[in-house]
Amino acid sequence: MNLHEYQAKALFAEYGMPVPNNIVASTPAEAKAGAEKLTTDKVVVKAQVHAGGRGKAGGVKLVDTPDEAAEFAKSLLGTQLVTIQTDANGQPINTVLIEETSNIASELYLGLVIDRASQRVVIMASTEGGMDIETVAHETPEKILKQAINPLVGVMPYQCRELAFGLGMKGKQIKQFSALLTGLCKLFVEKDLALVEINPLVITKEEDLICLDGKINVDGNALYRHPDLEALQDKTQEDERELRAAEWDLNYVALEGNIGCMVNGAGLAMATMDIIKLKGGQPANFLDVGGGATKERVTEALKIILSDPDVKGILVNIFGGIVRCDLIANGVIAAVKEVGIDVPVVVRLEGTKAKEGRELLDQSGLNLQSASDLGDAATKIVETVGAAS
Amino acid sequence: MSVLINKDTKVICQGITGSQGTFHSEQAIEYGTKMVGGVTPGKGGSTHLDLPVFNTVKNAVDQTGADASVIYVPAAFCKDSIIEAAESGVSLIVCITEGIPTLDMLEARIAVQQNGVRLIGPNCPGIITPGECKIGIMPGSIHNAGKVGVVSRSGTLTYECVKQTSDLNYGQSTCIGIGGDPIPGTSFIDALALFQDDPQTEAILMVGEIGGTAEEEAAEFIKSNVTKPVAAYIAGVTAPPGKRMGHAGAIISGGKGTADDKFAALGSAGVTITRSPAELGLAVKEATGW
Repeated sequence: MNLHEYQAKALFAEYGMPVPNNIVASTPAEAKAGAEKLTTDKVVVKAQVHAGGRGKAGGVKLVDTPDEAAEFAKSLLGTQLVTIQTDANGQPINTVLIEETSNIASELYLGLVIDRASQRVVIMASTEGGMDIETVAHETPEKILKQAINPLVGVMPYQCRELAFGLGMKGKQIKQFSALLTGLCKLFVEKDLALVEINPLVITKEEDLICLDGKINVDGNALYRHPDLEALQDKTQEDERELRAAEWDLNYVALEGNIGCMVNGAGLAMATMDIIKLKGGQPANFLDVGGGATKERVTEALKIILSDPDVKGILVNIFGGIVRCDLIANGVIAAVKEVGIDVPVVVRLEGTKAKEGRELLDQSGLNLQSASDLGDAATKIVETVGAAS
Repeated sequence: MSVLINKDTKVICQGITGSQGTFHSEQAIEYGTKMVGGVTPGKGGSTHLDLPVFNTVKNAVDQTGADASVIYVPAAFCKDSIIEAAESGVSLIVCITEGIPTLDMLEARIAVQQNGVRLIGPNCPGIITPGECKIGIMPGSIHNAGKVGVVSRSGTLTYECVKQTSDLNYGQSTCIGIGGDPIPGTSFIDALALFQDDPQTEAILMVGEIGGTAEEEAAEFIKSNVTKPVAAYIAGVTAPPGKRMGHAGAIISGGKGTADDKFAALGSAGVTITRSPAELGLAVKEATGW
């Protein structure tokens, strides 16, 4: 689960990390009042959306007066911000962050992530802070300093020092950085984060450190033990159909094609999309119905797939496992009847009692075709949809 | 021969009196797995499915001589269950549960390693040696004893591998579902090493997914350590990059992790790759010349 910058910064502050004084606003009037309370000559107004690249997309502006802050807030609030990290529709702006400015001397990068390769939480730091950090990582990986944290003891002071010296820090900054990083690591572990990023971490002309941006992703599996974080979820930042799917424990991701897919298991769902593409079709979505492909969930899944107006055909691919295929077939038939589907549906059922399941589908009198295997299923739906469009 | 489990493997189930534990223990018994007991704290001394139930894994292992434990307890309690099993004398732990917090797994995995125990999963279908022993949620009926070692990150795609190699009458030596979580107990490399050393396994079919660099690491390992024919498929060529936050994920992987990267790495390691999930069996045929 992603957090907004203002939420991340509030957590940073809670863990003793330096952040600029700021105020969150959801109306131009609040933006103006907020700007009046801040003490720097200029203030910065930042759109709060779940995506990076906001600056280049016009979502961040330095303003001179509270009126200008209100004006810029007005131009942002209620609109969609499209950045390099969003899809074409962008993300809705419902809040802005009004913040004091800093005298920036240099910009660093600091991030923590769970590294699958080393199976550790790894700290990454670089002197090359800013937007092009991925290019830096790709082309000059030696400029990304790393420290893996031993989960049994947590981050050690020497690791903080090693990074601070590696980043060219001196004097009071070493101590400040060690305190900041220790707080950040504590935050990561105590709040079950999956990712945290400060880009940029700024060294000011006064030679102090300050976290100018903050991105946090919380491990969704651990939310049950962090009700405070769960309450921070901003559903407006998520796809409506994806949210609806999540309520039914369905994993749905909308895509651009016209063949709807309903599959059990994430790997098989991706494989089903792959084979549709391989046969010349375009998948309209990823949808994992999970282990229990019951009638209720199949019905809901079909409704979600059909809420996409581009869908011209549906491929249902269920490898039943221990669940009997005749039961799944009855579920699919009941769901199709209830939802009232007018696009062709190809169903591939495999597992226990697959033959009986296929017979039920073929005898249903509905616009359902059964398929004998994955290849056959993909060929059939691509041909049917191709012929229809 | 087979890998990790066979007809003599004695298995206990943690969470045996729960609905999942009950259902899948019944299925395992029906399949012929030597289930010897179960663990549910507070229900020790009772019997369930005609098996003795114990309060602790230690008791269960002492009384039954179990070699392996399968875990069906809810995600919030899995760290505790995995560590309890690791410190109670079993040599194999299979954790089926999905949704375990990643930081819990970081710690649990260390306990597992310190005790020299093999963990499969979490968030996986389990492991099966066809005709001998089934530990997990996979449908036993689609499996046939044979010569292909199967290793996969995805549950239902593992079944696809099994069906296709069964259809070609190759059968499977052992199938290992390593699971899709960021911190798996057993990696592709671990499974490949086991299959390489297993006389019954004549070829290996591995199925990966986008994300992480486990497949690239497996490719490196295959290059210098695996002499048996390997066929591979990677799911997710068409998966969209999607919305994301920040850069850390991309930096840690160094830009690797796409399906194309994985196919390229495996191809250059001499693995027979297929881009069609309907041709997993055919890829084994091509790799082996059978």
